[in-house]
Amino acid sequence: MMRSGVIAKKVGMTRLFLEDGKQVPVTVLQLDGLQVVAQRTTEKDGYTAVQLGAGSAKAKRTSKAMRGHFATANVAPKRKVAEFRVDAENLINVGEEITADHYFAGQFVDVSGTSIGKGFAGAMKRHNFGGLRASHGVSISHRSHGSTGQCQDPGRVFKGKKMAGHMGAARVTTQNLQVVKTDSERGLIMIKGAVPGSKGGWVTIKDAVKKPFPENAILPAALKSAAEEAAKAAEEAAAAAAAEAEEEAKRLAEEQAAAEEAALKEAEAEIDAEKGEDAGSDAEKKEGDE
Amino acid sequence: MDLIAQLEAEQIAELGKDIPDFKAGDTIRVGYKVTEGTRTRVQAYEGVCISRKNGAGIAGSFTVRKISFGEGVERVFPLYSTNIESIEVVRRGKVRRAKLYYLRSRRGKSARIAEDTTYKPLKAKA
Repeated sequence: MMRSGVIAKKVGMTRLFLEDGKQVPVTVLQLDGLQVVAQRTTEKDGYTAVQLGAGSAKAKRTSKAMRGHFATANVAPKRKVAEFRVDAENLINVGEEITADHYFAGQFVDVSGTSIGKGFAGAMKRHNFGGLRASHGVSISHRSHGSTGQCQDPGRVFKGKKMAGHMGAARVTTQNLQVVKTDSERGLIMIKGAVPGSKGGWVTIKDAVKKPFPENAILPAALKSAAEEAAKAAEEAAAAAAAEAEEEAKRLAEEQAAAEEAALKEAEAEIDAEKGEDAGSDAEKKEGDE
Repeated sequence: MDLIAQLEAEQIAELGKDIPDFKAGDTIRVGYKVTEGTRTRVQAYEGVCISRKNGAGIAGSFTVRKISFGEGVERVFPLYSTNIESIEVVRRGKVRRAKLYYLRSRRGKSARIAEDTTYKPLKAKA
């Protein structure tokens, strides 16, 4: 089961206090206008995937080619575009918007992003080398790496030797991070622990590859249209129920009114009958008197 | 207000904690929930607050020091921990530092803190 991931913006970190007294450090990620921009199909491209776009870019600053691409999908220009491989049955229609309900609390995810650049870093920072001693004859080179190899044989430094160099600003994936909370109204996903990249940076979230696929995951994705439809259906159902209740009440009221009327009529008839009887007896009396 | 500050403010409102005004030097009593097996009870921990850290927000914490059976004990509490039942100010102290770490090297008479008799309660924020 391969379903689409999401593109999110890293908002920052905070902590959550849980009811059981635990506090959890969380990274807040935000989904911002996450829409399907294009589909990749077996017939056309030889594989199946969805291309998602997130954020909003100025149309003026978007290249003409990309403007055309967004125009064919009928979506506003996006700041960040990424592709996610999905199974053929999990393809999502172009233009659909994905919500934060895509993930549920407790689920494990993998988060990829571009790590914060550290520039040219020494071996201690870059590869966790121990450095040299503080004393015992070491001068100037306390943070240097040590030997880089052997002697005349092999007479060179092996390829891949860990040395000082550029660090960070590389694509990093952190696996098996747990989702703590989601907020679909504001499009927030809170993930336990740290996530690669700086605040305001873009990351992609996918279902964890090293955990079994969750059974209650929404397939193909948690879509805004589906949520709206569900909300509409619920509203309609509620409205129908209300109408029915009203009708029932009306019917009851009518019945009651009818019953009351009947009772009134009956009572009137009774009174009339009594009156008639009274009149009759009077007449009889009168007759008797005469 | 940025989103993180907003989320933190929401969480503080949701936790609904009533945190008294206290600072380093004050003697405070903390009611801390302790779970033993299945039942929980509230344990009082009373001592001198020797530091407040990271402000009054959700990340805030404070350190309470006391002498227990002749041994100095320090505990750090998160300000908004759900394990804290109550915080009570027992005595206002008069100190000239924000962090009273010097108390660690003091014993007995020299580790006393004068009482602040001129304490004025903070005006409630509008």
